[in-house]
Amino acid sequence: MTLYVILEGVIAFFLVAGGAFAFIGSLGMAHLRDFYMRLHGPTKATTLGIGCMLIASMLYFWVTQGKPDIQEMLITLFLFITAPVSAHLLAKTGLHMQLKHIDETGGRPPELRPEEIGEKPVPHPDRGHG
Amino acid sequence: MLDIALTISLTLVVLALLLNVYRLAVGPDMPDRILALDTMYINSIALIVLMGLWLNTKTYFESALLIAMLGFISTVAVCKYLLRGDIIE
Repeated sequence: MTLYVILEGVIAFFLVAGGAFAFIGSLGMAHLRDFYMRLHGPTKATTLGIGCMLIASMLYFWVTQGKPDIQEMLITLFLFITAPVSAHLLAKTGLHMQLKHIDETGGRPPELRPEEIGEKPVPHPDRGHG
Repeated sequence: MLDIALTISLTLVVLALLLNVYRLAVGPDMPDRILALDTMYINSIALIVLMGLWLNTKTYFESALLIAMLGFISTVAVCKYLLRGDIIE
């Protein structure tokens, strides 16, 4: 009996933690001033929040139905793999479109210095230059 | 205890979705809107998981998995379109 009370507390803790992390991530996205700052909230906090929520759901169905279910961890695994990829693509898009940002935000796109620009065209093997 | 935790979690996720809608409507540039849509599908997966807990059924996890895959693919497709002007070259 005590075990069930403890498990219920653990599930409730994971649920509230997941909701809080998802809310904090979205609050960061709505509140921060700069696109590169806004990128931080959803990619880290929201992914962690949904991981917590899926752990809570898996524990709940494990307790009530008696056998563990791996499929729900699949969503967590998939989101943990894809979140950095989509964040990287979004950051590349932001750099490509040269969005406005405040001065403290580092990481400008790398620009060529004037003394680095070469004279000759780049040889292209497909067109008989190689 | 579980009922209260589920209610708190549902409230927080719905508030997060409202904040995403705000950023989607206001967001000054295109990548902001893509980021809002990206966060929105993740929050909708959370909402589906909470609905499965609320109704005590495991039917909806496949739809959550589908939304996860298609959301990632659509984010990548829109980002590629903005980066290259074309999706499949």
